[in-house]
Order: sequence, then C-alpha cells, then structure tokens
Amino acid sequence: MTPDVLLETKGLEINFGGVIAADNVSVEIHAGKNLAIIGPNGAGKTTFLNICTGYTKPNKGSVYFCGREVTQKSPRQITRMGVARAFQIPQLFSEHTALENLLIAAAAREQRWAPFMKLGHIPERDEMMHLLELVNCAHVSDRLVNELPEGQRKLIDIAVALALRPKLLLLDEPTSGVASSEKFGVMDILTRALAEAKVTSVFVEHDMGIVEKYADEVAVWAAGAVQLRGTPQEVLEHPDVIRDVIGEEL
Amino acid sequence: MSLRIAVPILLLAIVALLPLVAPWSQVVLTLALAKGLAVLGIVLLLHAGQVSFGHALFFAVAAYSAAFLGEAFAGGELVMMIVLGLGASLFFGLMVGLFVVRYRHIFFGMLNLAFSMIFYSILEKFYHVTGGADGMQVARPTVVGIEMERAGFETLLFYGSLVLCVAVAWCIHRFLSSPIGNMFKTIKTNETRLEYLGISARQTLLVGYVVSAGLCGLGGVLMAVAQGIVTPEYAWWIRSGELVFIAILGGAGSVAGAFVGAIIYEAVRVNAAAFAADVWQMVLGFFLLAIILFASRGLVGLYERLMDRLENKKPTSKETQDGRVPGAAE
Repeated sequence: MTPDVLLETKGLEINFGGVIAADNVSVEIHAGKNLAIIGPNGAGKTTFLNICTGYTKPNKGSVYFCGREVTQKSPRQITRMGVARAFQIPQLFSEHTALENLLIAAAAREQRWAPFMKLGHIPERDEMMHLLELVNCAHVSDRLVNELPEGQRKLIDIAVALALRPKLLLLDEPTSGVASSEKFGVMDILTRALAEAKVTSVFVEHDMGIVEKYADEVAVWAAGAVQLRGTPQEVLEHPDVIRDVIGEEL
Repeated sequence: MSLRIAVPILLLAIVALLPLVAPWSQVVLTLALAKGLAVLGIVLLLHAGQVSFGHALFFAVAAYSAAFLGEAFAGGELVMMIVLGLGASLFFGLMVGLFVVRYRHIFFGMLNLAFSMIFYSILEKFYHVTGGADGMQVARPTVVGIEMERAGFETLLFYGSLVLCVAVAWCIHRFLSSPIGNMFKTIKTNETRLEYLGISARQTLLVGYVVSAGLCGLGGVLMAVAQGIVTPEYAWWIRSGELVFIAILGGAGSVAGAFVGAIIYEAVRVNAAAFAADVWQMVLGFFLLAIILFASRGLVGLYERLMDRLENKKPTSKETQDGRVPGAAE
C-alpha cells in the first residue's frame, strides 16, 4: 500500500436478494484527490459508501482506512477514526438550529460531556460559526434547519460532517435536490470549504458537468463493479461511458 | 423584571406560603411535589421522543427501599432514605435501561410496562417480605438524627421537598441545555446522524434513562415518607399512566410543566374526590382531551402563548416547532 492511500477496499462482494451491489470491488482512495463516482442507478454507488462507513457489512472482502481494517466496525467507530459522511437526503437534527447542529457535532468531536455546560457556550462556537460562513449559511445560523430550503440543508449537512474534522468525507449526491441553476454555486462553496479544511472527498454524482469541473479522478460503477477509472477527460470521453452512463443520464 | 419571569416566581411564592393560610394544603402539595419529581423523569424521556408506561417501577423501588431501611433501623433516617432510594432507583434504572434502550416508541413503552408489572407481582406475592397487598408501614424517620413531632416533620418535609424540586428542576434544565442533553434530544429527531457523529444513541439514551429513573426514585421516597405507607400500587401501571398523563397536562417537554401539572392534578383529584366522587376521572379525561386538541404544549404552552400575546410578540422560530404556527418555512 502506498503511503498516500487513505481508504482501500479489497474484493468487496455483496448482494441483496439476487441483486449484485458489489462484485469484487477493489478501490484505492488517495489523500488530496477528490474522487467522483458515477454510474447508472442501482450500480452500487451508495452501497459502496455504506460499506466504507460500516453501515452495511460486505459478504466478502475488506475495507482498510489508514492501513487499519475497519470492515466489521460500526459507523460510530469509523466516524471516530476520521471518515465523515454527508447524505443524499440531509440528515440533520430538525428541532435544532443550523448552528446548534454544528455545535452538537463539535461537542461530539471534542467529547464535551460536562452536564452543566451550555451547548451555546462550548469553546468551538467561533469555529462552527466560521464553518457556517464557509458554506454561506451564517445568516441562517439561528433558524431551525427544517425551515430551510433543500440547498442550504445540504450545505449544513456537509458542514456538520466537516465539523468533525475528518480525514475523508464521503458525499452522496451533494447536488441532488438542488435547483440546476444553484448546483455550480453549491459545488463552488463546497470545494472551497473542502480545500480550507484539507479534506479528501469522494462524491457520488449524476451531473457530468459537475464531475468534469470538480473531480480530480472519476470512477465508473456498473453492475456492482468499477468499470473504469481515470481523470475526468479520460473517463468522460470513453465510448462505453458515453453509451452506458452519459447517454442514460441525458 | 419581565412578567414572564415574575409570574413563575409569584406562583412559587404562593405554593410556599399557601400552607400557612390553608394548612390542609400542605400534605396535598407535598404529594404533588413528590409526583412532580417523578413526572419530570417522564418529561425528560419525552425530550428523546420516548414514552415509558412503566416508570412507576422506579418510584416503587425507591419507596420500598425507604420502607425497608425504616424497618431495619426502627424508623430510619430521612437523609439515608433519600440516598438509598435514589441509589436503588439509579441501579434499577441502569439494569432495566441496558435492556430497554435497544427499543423505541411502542416497544420501549410496553417493555417498561412489562418490567414494572413484574416488579408489581413480586411486591404483591412475596408478602412475607413485602407485606403483600397491604404493603409496609413507613414510620416517621429522624432528620439528621433529630426526632421530630408530626406537625414539625410534615412542615419540614414540605419545605425540604420544595427546595429539592427547585434544585432538581434547575439541574434538569441545565442538563437539557448541555451538549449531552442536546444529543439526548436528537434521539427524537435523527439517530442516524448521531451515530455518524461518532456518538452511541443507545448510550446517550441510557444516560437520560438512568437520570429519569433517579427522578422517579426521589419522588417515590418523598411519597413513601409523606404517606407513611408503601403498597404494590406504587408500581402499578395505572400509576405509570398517571405520570404520563400529568406530563402531557403540564406540557410535554417542559421542566416547569411537570410541577404545574402535578399540583393541578393533585388539587383536582383531592377536591373532585370530595365533591364529585363518581365522575372526577371523567372530568380529568375531558380535560386531557381538550389539552391534546387545543393546547398540545400543555398548561405551560398556554402560559407561553398568553405571555406572547401580552408582549405582542410573534413566536420565535424555536416556538413553532410543533407546527402550530404555519408560514415559517420558506
């Protein structure tokens, strides 16, 4: 294993009642390179993220993070090791404000258990406000998250993941549910936040324009396996990809 | 001082002074405060979106602990009873909690019910130890070693309970504002995200569960000492249901509501039993129906709404969370 490999999977296999979601998936994710995962629906992209975060256990194969095997670990343990996750449907605390969502994440990271310390007074408050500024949501910091539009909820979901100061961030369709006119804006904000936090990201994406502009590497998923991997130019111009993925998406 | 703060202080003062004007109210208020502590345990769990229909278990565990202590040491000592009762309820809370925090909602509620009914049966059947359905007498204990007359003891118990309730309410209020308290509340809204923050939802729920059991325990000891007798009825499911009823009456999720609800419930119960013996439960039933239909945040919610109107203030976004005030979403 080369030293810059952050996450590595070896021969992952899983099927759900006959549907093969992972068929001998071996992938290396390199530190500092943002990897986009593309492919048709049902190709096993989200399953891959689920296996990497311990939510789903593979039938065969193993997952290594920073050289340590994590295949059988729980999402909680893997999160603590430095893998954070943002979701296709934002997973937020709906009865808390945007800032409180981040403060809870910061308190979790710093293990702040003092029972009489107020959440709003933890030392990480300024850091979390800065994070909200970074994702352009500082002006809604005291609004309940379930009152906010989907685009902002997505960004706050990502900010919550970044609040954990992860080494690796897995993003499941960061621009789904965001109006097409806003997608590039969201990705610009996101890329800036990721660069400042020095986080490597893996993101599942359906919009090839986004992939072309923001990914360092692209991996193509089909029928539970990685069909092709390379730079955005190499992959997006490949005839198989144009036929099977881009053709279907457009 | 704003009206919003002045009214609760005034109410507290009225509760503290009422026994001087109406001596009959002292025992009623002591019982109400004891129940209020237990209701606070239910209110705490409601913050995590869980309802327990078996928390009378911890109420009874602590009450019987006090009774056994009194029996073993010819009367016993009040402080020791509180410490032992609290310790016993925390221990039982941990043991039962380790099992029930694996479940949510109806399963959580019914498992709690099952545990409490097992304990109820033990209290009733092992009559050579527990006195069976007749229960056990709790003789008046000493207070820090001093033996007291009945009147003095009752006054002390009332004011001691009042101070304890205020202190405990403040602690629980602070706990709910703390990082761990807020994580506890997220069990209601999003356990998945909590796990993906590296926090165990089960362990977080267990912390709150044990605290809630301890609150019921404190209430149970005070009730046992105030009534001078403990019976298996302390653990009965109707007692558990009563705690949930009062929690909703006062305002589900409100620390102050637990005590407001308990005092009003107890006042209605005592007076209605005298003036409308046959129908008082029906009256309470209709009252609960009205609360659920028209004031889902209970008496404290009504009070907040009234204050908002007096101050001519629009509800803040925090207050719209039960969905009663539409139009806040974009």
